[in-house]
Amino acid sequence: MFNTKKIRQDFPILDQKTNNKPLIYLDSGASSQKPQTVIESMDTYYRQYNANVHRGIYQLSEKASAAYENARKKVARFINASTWRELIFTRNTTESINLVAYSWGLANIKPGDIIITTEMEHHANLVPWQQLAAQTGAMVKYIPITEQGYLDLAKYEAWLSPAVKLVAITQMSNVLGTIPPIKTMIKQAHAVGALVLLDGAQSVPHMPVDVQTLDCDFLAFSGHKMLGPTGIGALWSRKDILSAMPPFMTGGDMIKRVTLEGSTWNSLPWKFEAGTPAIAEAIGFGEAVEYLDGLGMANIRQHEIELTSYALEQLNQVEGLQIYGPQNPQDRGGAIAFTMGDIHPHDIAAVLDGEGIAIRAGHHCAMPLHDKLGLPATTRASFYIYNTAEDVDRLVEGLDKARELLTRD
Amino acid sequence: MDELYRQNILEHYRNPHNEGTLETYTHSHIEHNPLCGDKVQIDLLVDDQHRIDQVAFSGKGCAISQASTSMLTDMLIGKTVEEAKQIDKEAILDELGIEIGPVRLKCALLSLKAVKMALYGLSEEEWDNEEDDW
Ligand SMILES: Cc1ncc(COP(=O)(O)O)c(C=O)c1O
Repeated sequence: MFNTKKIRQDFPILDQKTNNKPLIYLDSGASSQKPQTVIESMDTYYRQYNANVHRGIYQLSEKASAAYENARKKVARFINASTWRELIFTRNTTESINLVAYSWGLANIKPGDIIITTEMEHHANLVPWQQLAAQTGAMVKYIPITEQGYLDLAKYEAWLSPAVKLVAITQMSNVLGTIPPIKTMIKQAHAVGALVLLDGAQSVPHMPVDVQTLDCDFLAFSGHKMLGPTGIGALWSRKDILSAMPPFMTGGDMIKRVTLEGSTWNSLPWKFEAGTPAIAEAIGFGEAVEYLDGLGMANIRQHEIELTSYALEQLNQVEGLQIYGPQNPQDRGGAIAFTMGDIHPHDIAAVLDGEGIAIRAGHHCAMPLHDKLGLPATTRASFYIYNTAEDVDRLVEGLDKARELLTRD
Repeated sequence: MDELYRQNILEHYRNPHNEGTLETYTHSHIEHNPLCGDKVQIDLLVDDQHRIDQVAFSGKGCAISQASTSMLTDMLIGKTVEEAKQIDKEAILDELGIEIGPVRLKCALLSLKAVKMALYGLSEEEWDNEEDDW
């Protein structure tokens, strides 16, 4: 049913050698590869109907505007937004979260308010809240992670109170892979009147995400991690929340009427899209979600559960290797961080590179999490639709080689 | 890859020279590489003639950073502070004898940065400037 072999043929980049070995790409958690259709859609825009959007009366511009807005509709439907007006194009997850922090946050957070996030967040869902708290006199609390890589939900429940105005959590950790019980956590947050922002950078590319079923308040995600180009991402929020929010950036496109005395804001979503947007990238993003839809997000999730399950099984047998994060593949995504004895992750990644395997080493923009784990860095393999069990086998062989080369007695 | 982990590098990595800390020292500095979380501490003992008598390093790092640090400590012993100032990035890379990409370069040069900061108070900005001409 899930035909990886056929899928791989849609990704031109995968058909190459690095260091004279067939490329095995295990870094989709950082950025995914792009299918032919996405690349072509952007190429076609530039070759056939490149023009600025929204203001042109001529054919090219009308075509560009339609393609841009059509892309928005595709992405909005992909997460089951109730209307495309709730889908704002941004540069990436980071910008989406900053938009919320600066616009909603500065307007709503008061001294003494509490923002709850977690110890396992990417810096993108951590630094903006520290910054907001510093500016407003609010306080940030971090839900601890347990030994097994789960959130300490007892702490979360204990901390919930009417002072909590925002809960900002990742729907899938980019290091531990952990998928928190978001639906319950949202219900509990709403019960005390807090809004919930989900960092969907890892979840939206890898599992079905339905904003209406989840009943979250904000969802941030990036195109480049889900087969789309860089430079385009999205923020979804409910219409009533977005309408009440002041603009984030001001200038062209986001206004209805400007006089020297003042301005009135454009309708949603354009109120939040100042300046010429990333048109080609939006079109590519639309094409990307279409490709994902074609495969079916539930199927993608299933494929990754199977692959992660196989990878955990194999990696657990590698001598000296320690995995961080839940061992149950149902509770986690396909990003697997590990260490191997005292061999530095950089060295592991460099040896693997020599075997044609692209893998990430470092703190993966989650320094507080690595502090908690007591590690300067980890090595991370992350999987996507084009990865196979053979990739896992090659990874294991590469790790054995790294150990042989770099073990000190 | 086999290029990167040449025998001389592996030897220094497996049996680093001058590893540890000095009980008496005249200069010491701890430097971090925020990119990978590596950390190196350099202790130096400089005598009345401005000559480096002893060097020791400690800290965590990848094979490239450990090996380059070990090599650097060998280079430093017996040199005057003035001579030590002349050790530049080229010298370290020559000693390593490999081609290094921009990310690993930071690993390879971490201890040199620490030594310069310890010995004559090179600032972060001056170090960055040195990197710019590079
Ligand atoms: C969980 C998580 N949040 C946020 C981000 C930031 O995404 P971007 O760099 O596209 O803004 C990432 C990407 O690494 C991520 O994995």
